[in-house]
Parts: sequence; structure tokens; C-alpha cells
Amino acid sequence: MAYMHIGKDFVPPDVIGKVTGRIRYAEDYTREGMVYARLLTSPIPHARVLDIDASEALAMDGVYGILKADEVYPDGEPQSTGLKILTNHPTLVGEPILALAAVDEKTAETAIAAINVTFERLPFVLDPLDSIQEGGPNAFVDGNTFGQQGFTEAKWTADQVASFRAGNAPAEDAPTTGPIPTFSIGDLEAGFAAAEDGYIYEGSFTTAGYPHHSMEPRSAMAYWEDGKLYLHGTSQSLTALANDMAGIIGVAKEDLVFINAATGGGFGQRARAASIPSMAIPAKFSQKLNRPVMMRITREEEFTIGGARQGFQGWIKVGFRPDGVMSACDMFVVSDNGGKGGGADAFSAADCISILYQTEAVRFRGASIATNTAHRGAQRGPGQNQIAPIIAPIMDAAADALGMSRLDIRVVNSAQTGDVGGPQGTPLTSAYMPEALRQAADDFDWEGRQSRRRQRSGSKVTGLGIGQGYHNAGRSGQDGIVMMGADGRLKIHSGVGNLGTYSYAGTSRAAAEALKMPWERCDIITGRTDNHLPITSPQDGSNSIFTNTRTCYGAAMDLVAKMKEIAAADLGGEPADYDISEERVHQIADASVGMTYAEVAQRAMELGGRYTGEAELPEDLHEWTQIAASRLAGTAFMGIYHDPAHSNNPPGFTVTCTEIELDLETGKFEILDMVSIGECGTVVHPQGLKNQLVGGAVWGIGLSALEQHLYDPQNGLPASTGYWQSKVPTYLDTPARIDTGWVDLPDPENPVGARGIGEPSQGSVSAALTAAISDALDGHIFGAAPITTDMIINHISGTREDAVALAQNNYRGV
Amino acid sequence: MQPVNPQLTRRRFIKGVIASGAVAGTTSLWYAANGQSRPAGAVERMIRLNVNGQDRTVDVAPQETLASTLRYKLGLTGTKLGCNRGECGACTVLVDDVPTYACSVLTHSFKDGRIETVEGLEAPDGTLHPVQQGFVEALGPQCGYCTPGQVMAAVGLLRANPNPTREEARQGLAGNLCRCGSYDSYLDGVMRAAEIG
Repeated sequence: MAYMHIGKDFVPPDVIGKVTGRIRYAEDYTREGMVYARLLTSPIPHARVLDIDASEALAMDGVYGILKADEVYPDGEPQSTGLKILTNHPTLVGEPILALAAVDEKTAETAIAAINVTFERLPFVLDPLDSIQEGGPNAFVDGNTFGQQGFTEAKWTADQVASFRAGNAPAEDAPTTGPIPTFSIGDLEAGFAAAEDGYIYEGSFTTAGYPHHSMEPRSAMAYWEDGKLYLHGTSQSLTALANDMAGIIGVAKEDLVFINAATGGGFGQRARAASIPSMAIPAKFSQKLNRPVMMRITREEEFTIGGARQGFQGWIKVGFRPDGVMSACDMFVVSDNGGKGGGADAFSAADCISILYQTEAVRFRGASIATNTAHRGAQRGPGQNQIAPIIAPIMDAAADALGMSRLDIRVVNSAQTGDVGGPQGTPLTSAYMPEALRQAADDFDWEGRQSRRRQRSGSKVTGLGIGQGYHNAGRSGQDGIVMMGADGRLKIHSGVGNLGTYSYAGTSRAAAEALKMPWERCDIITGRTDNHLPITSPQDGSNSIFTNTRTCYGAAMDLVAKMKEIAAADLGGEPADYDISEERVHQIADASVGMTYAEVAQRAMELGGRYTGEAELPEDLHEWTQIAASRLAGTAFMGIYHDPAHSNNPPGFTVTCTEIELDLETGKFEILDMVSIGECGTVVHPQGLKNQLVGGAVWGIGLSALEQHLYDPQNGLPASTGYWQSKVPTYLDTPARIDTGWVDLPDPENPVGARGIGEPSQGSVSAALTAAISDALDGHIFGAAPITTDMIINHISGTREDAVALAQNNYRGV
Repeated sequence: MQPVNPQLTRRRFIKGVIASGAVAGTTSLWYAANGQSRPAGAVERMIRLNVNGQDRTVDVAPQETLASTLRYKLGLTGTKLGCNRGECGACTVLVDDVPTYACSVLTHSFKDGRIETVEGLEAPDGTLHPVQQGFVEALGPQCGYCTPGQVMAAVGLLRANPNPTREEARQGLAGNLCRCGSYDSYLDGVMRAAEIG
């Protein structure tokens, strides 16, 4: 289909501000009379606050006051895991206990040093398997898990834990617990029976937790004016986050103005208000002090409250029939839920296997266990991307054992349109994985490179890897608003956050497309909630493109329908007799009979009522959108739309091929070449898609080779609070060029054919990389992410590094 | 369980950090470096800085970092603080054409230096600097927080080497992190900037 805007590059309006430094992040703002808040955080990993003596601090010159947990939670702290605004029950080092405001930060720091906090030190634990063992310490006072039954204690016998650590299958009755502790698809026994003449792999695996480390620390500034709270903050999801943040702060939605023109990185951890409650500190403090309060967050604090990926300690058994079909997968994962609760990453990992490989039978069991380590939250492909680097070398081992090519075994097992997946057998909206695999192989010359596989040159050996990524990539049920004034310009109100994907702009172009509007005649209204923006889904799960093209397109089509009604009423005929083109609504039979958009907008404002949002708003509009619409009502010609819920699964897929050269003397490897292909329906914004593919590639390299949490086992102190210790990939860790491409076939359940992509782009790269490392080492399967240079050297030297007991939040095997 | 006083832990920790020489990473010293209050007995000086071609007279505390002066005294918030410990490069500015981490140098060290920030690159008529234009055309930025630092590092690189190879550009920008992973697009932007000249 020929589009006017979809599939074409453009300059998103915020890019100029980014290259000139003019765009402002939360900490760039200042306000007359602003004071500065600093945090007193827990120095120990698990404690109860017994007493706070701030008398000396409060007597200091320049100190305005303190804010404590019992002030922000007058009815008591929520009895749940999850980050608190402030707490008297810290469960990790660095958790905020109180905030102090002063004339400047040095004064605040000096005053905080004068506060005496008396803690009761409580037992702490850093490894889930240490906690799950009978008699082991719990991360919380009331247990080591949290679910529908509240806090509970999950325990295995010492023998069960020892056996699991040693890489053996968990007992059939091994206790499971967590957000989604188990599911089963198909006949597992029959699946493995079918694989007896094929190939069966069984082994343990570990994936590391590691921090999000967004570049912008989550600083925030707040002040109150005329009963309204103005909050400068950071988020991935503008209106979705603001909607929930109002509840956390305790302010009416109508009275919260959330200002967030740009966000310095999210990666899952700034999508939802519950994962960034620290923004409530300046909000509540400014209310208490009646002054603007700026709270700058340091890199170390960002590590602590900024979230991290769940680590896995798992066991997996995979069966392949002689024809290469993955007939069964049995997986048990103990996931590290950190000190503040986490998610269902392990479930998502199993769900991913079911969808990505169309496995005939899948059983997932898991236990999600708390440790006194960093807060775990959704991080780019939570679950799907942990399992991607684990499963890829297993696919290769199966291909080698069955005499198949590594490409063919993936084609045999790939998802296609009409397939279903996951525990509910949810239909995919569309899927073109075979096409993606073949395009990646062609662009990379996969077949032509096979002669280089495992070739030695001095101490270096070549490895080839191919990997796949998946994440569900689209939601529904959200709202859209567009407005048009008497100048005929289209104003697209977007509640989509600006975290660097440019999806706020890309999705807006669906509205321009529907109205056939020149882009230069369109304005995106966003950046602060008093611009009256519709609700969106939280921008996690790669959903924005699918979700918000639906709402923007729908709102624009509402405007088109109303234009036709007005034209028919004024010029004669029926609405169906009219069409739009070149910013006019006109009769199909005689294009000279019509009105310009400016004229029809003017007429709409004269008519009022449903044309200007003063009557007959769509049913089921979200409360947030109702507030926005009520404030816009009567100001201009309004198109407004509520997207009905839709149940199928829009997938995002990627495929990556890579060639590496691994030095057998140093254990280091260099990525010589890499191609990543996206399969995300119709491409909306090629440059934006390319950025998601190359950005995901960098994240994939970090996942498979570099990044991991490290904690001091004696005191529970984090050792990877900065970029350097966390080994965030640099220019020099990544190839000088990453080639990208896309399948670009439409999804039928999106008005412009689009689906999302941001998360799988990491998974396929991490999968391709571990596959390439394995290939270079004659098919050795580490069962780990990251695979560090010392692990590679240990393997080459014959040290069975990969066979040592599973461990988490520490050097593997230490 | 014995109640413990965290003061002891905090002091021990800070002493340990100072003893190990890793002072740049401590929270307390960062905020001391912000220079928003003057230490008792310290001599405060009004100094003249040349920033973006203009002489600016500014009150700078002895322990104040250049990033603090630029952001909080001169309002040049384009210079970002990502780590404030010399790891990420978001605060990169040019001092006498040399890319410099503004978070890790003291302002008093540059009284005689020529300081350039991202705000000083545009022409008076609004024409973007070739690096800025190259970054726009290549859609180099994602979240944009590291972008001013990437821009300044690239400007410094191209002044020293107007026609770098892609590998030279990669090496030249290696001191600047991008958590979004937009390295490939930034390198496209640098190569485009070299073409624009």
C-alpha cells in the first residue's frame, strides 16, 4: 500500500533540541525559591528503623526540614513488596529512609551526616538458592516471596537445593511460587518420546541480573501553585505514568501537571509509576515546605532505585524430533526477585519458547525468590531476552546432531501467520519469521560464510551465530484525540512518552496519514499533561507503535467522518458521497464541491456539540482522557476515539546473524560482522526502527558478554553501581557497523499494518552472540549469560567453569 | 539482633573510599563539588571564563567542577551529568578544542581556557553545526541525554581530524557512553558531518 507518511523518514520535532542541548530534562529546570532535597539511604541490606534523631540536623542553618516514611504513609507502609517512596523497612542497600531539604545540596549532605538512625540489623541474602534452602535467610521479615497470599516462605530441602545447584532436574514435586509459577501446554511425555530418535538436551543455566542504568538519573523537581502540583519528572509513558503517579502522591488527577518533554532512557523501568515512586518525594516535600523542591539523584542512587533485570538459575530439557521440530521443552527457573519484588520474567521466558519455536509441548515451573539486592523491574524483554542466549546454542547442538543446517532448524520451528502460542494458545495477529530468517541469511550471506566456520588463524578462531528474538508487541483499549482549529492545522494530542524511540512522533503520523495531511501542517501536542493528552498504555512491552497508531488513526478517522457529515449537511448529499484529499473534504462525483479543512473546522466550531467534544463523547473513554477532553471541549474541531480491546497477540520478531573472531589465548572476541532484521509488520519510521535494532544489538552484547550484578557477600554492598563496574557496552565493545533491515509485511490488525520491535532486537543479538561463541568453541554450551572472557579461558584451559554450582549476584562459581 | 548506628558504617565507608583514592565516586564529594555553598574559611573568587566566545565573570568556589559552573551558575544545561564520575562523557565540553569531562575538572583550572559547550555551536542565524546537522540527518540521538556530549566529542574529533575513517571516529568517540546503544547512528552522523564539513 502506498502511504503518504508511513514508511518514510522525517525529522522528529525534538531532535533539534537534542543536538543543540535546548530540550530540557527534569533536572534542567529551576524555580525561584527552590530548595534541594537529599536522601538518607540504608547502609545495610536488610533492617528495621528503630529510631531517627534529626534534632542536630534540623537545627543547622539552611536546613528546611525532613520527610520521613511515616509522613508519606500516615496509615502505614503498604504491606507488599515493591519500591516505597520512603521506608522504615529497607530490604536493600541504598533504599531511601528519609529526605532532607536545605538551601543547597552541600548543606543537605552535611545535615544528613548529623542524623542518627538506629537500625535493627536483620538477616540478609544475596542468592535465591541460599534463601530457598531450609533454614536459609529470607529477604523479607515475613518470607522470601510475595503473591496473592501475601508474604510467604518457599523452602526446599538442602538435598533438593544441592542437586539443583549441581545442574540436576528439580524433583517433580519441587515447590513452585511466584507471579505465574507454572503452566503446561501439550503432552510433555509424548513430546520427549518423539524426540528419543532425534535429539534431547538437558542442562542447567544461569543468567545474570544487571541494572538499567539509564543515562538520566531519575531526578525530579516539584512545586505547588494554585492548588495544582507541577512535577518535573522522567518517564517512558507520559499519561499512563501520570495517571498512576497521581494516586501514589495522593493528588487528584485534575490537579497534577506532569512535565516531561524528554526522558533520558527508560528500558522498562520508567514505564509505570510504581517503579519510580521517588518522584513523590519532591512532590510531597514541596507541599510540606511550601517551596519548590529539587531532588537530584546520583548515579549510585540510580543504581539502587533504578531497577535491574531478574537473574535466572534454571534447568532446561529440550527435545527435537528427527525432522528438527522442537517437540518438547521442560523448564524450571528460580528467578532472583531482588529486594523490592519483580515480575514474571521466567514465565515470559517459557512463553517465548512456546511462541518463537512453536514448541509442541511446554512445561514451565518456577520459583521467584527475593534477595536483598537491587529492585527488579521490567528490563527490555524481561524473560524473553534472558532465555534467548540460552536456547540458541541448544538449537545449534540439535541441528548438528540431526545433520540439519542451523538456519533450517530455525525455519522448521518458526512462527507464521495463523499460528498460536503461549499457555492460552493465543493467536498471533500475523507472523513472518521464515521471511525474516531468509532475509537475514541472504543479507549476511549465511550460506557463503559457512566455509569459515571454526576456521583457525593463529590463536584466533571464527564463530558464526544466528539468533532470534521475540516479544509481544502491541496492546489496545487506549484513547486518541486530534484537534483542528480554524487555521486547518492538525493538532495530534499524544500521551506517548518521549524516551528516545520517537514513537510519540511515529504514531502521530498515523493521524496525518488518515487525514492525508502534509506533515508540516501537523503539530504534535505533548510534553506536559496540561496540554490535555489522552491516556496511553504504559510504554513497556514494545507496544507503542501498534497501540498508538490505532488510537491516532482512529481519532483522525473520527474527524474525517465528522467532516463528511458537516459537508453533506452544508453542501448536500450523504456523508458517503464525500472523500478527502489535499486538505479538503469534497464530493466524490465532483471534487469542486467541497470545503477546505480550515472551513470545515470553522463550521464545526460554529456547530459545537459532538463536533467540538461538548457532547456524545465515545463510551468507555478512560477517566484521564475524559478530563483532557472536557478541557479541550469547545476550543476546536475534535476527533476522539476509544480503541476497543482486542485479544490476539501482535508479535515483534528479529533475526540476527553474526561472525566473531575469538582469541583462544585471551578469551576475548571481536564481532566482525552483524546483520539484524526486524519483523514488525509495516515499517512506520525506518530510521527509528534502525535505531531500535542497533540499540538492541548493543544491549544484546551487554547481556551475552558483559553485564552482571556483583555484590559483596559479607556485607551485601553492591559493587557495580557505576557504568564502569557494570560494563555497559561502549563504542569499542560493539562493531563499527551493524547492518539492519526489515521484512515490512503488514499486520492485518493494525490500521497501518504496524507492530512494535524494541525488545526482541536485544534478544536476537544476544542469541546470535552466544551461538557464535559456542560455535567457535566446537559447540561447547556454557548455559550462561554473560559468557565472560574468564569463563572462556577457563573452558579452553580445561577448567570446568560452566559445571560449577549455580550462583547469583556474584562471579559465577565463586 | 543488636541495634547498630549507621553513622559508624557511613564514616567507615567514606574513610575507606578516600583511602582507596576513589573519591570521585562518592556522593558527598559530588555535592561538595557543586559549590552551592562556600566552605568555612575558603576563599571565594570571581573569575573570568571564556565560554562560547564570550567572557563571563562568575563566582566559582575552589572545589567547583566545570560542569557545575556551566549548569548551575551559567545556566548552560545542555551539558549533562550522567554519572558525575568521569565514566559516561555526557558532560563533555571542549577546552581549547580538546574534549574534556566537565564533571571531573575544576573550573579554576580553566581561567585562561577557551570553553565551548553544545549551546555555542549553532550559527547566530540558527544554522546547525555540521556535527549537529549530521546527527539530525542520521537520527543519531535516541533519548538524547548523552547527545550533547557526543556532539562535543565529535566536534573535537573533526577539528583534529576533519576526515576520519569510521574506525577513527569510533575510537575518537569511545569516551562517550550511550545507554540507548545508538553508536552506529552516531557514527553515521559523524561521517555525514565530515562530508558536510
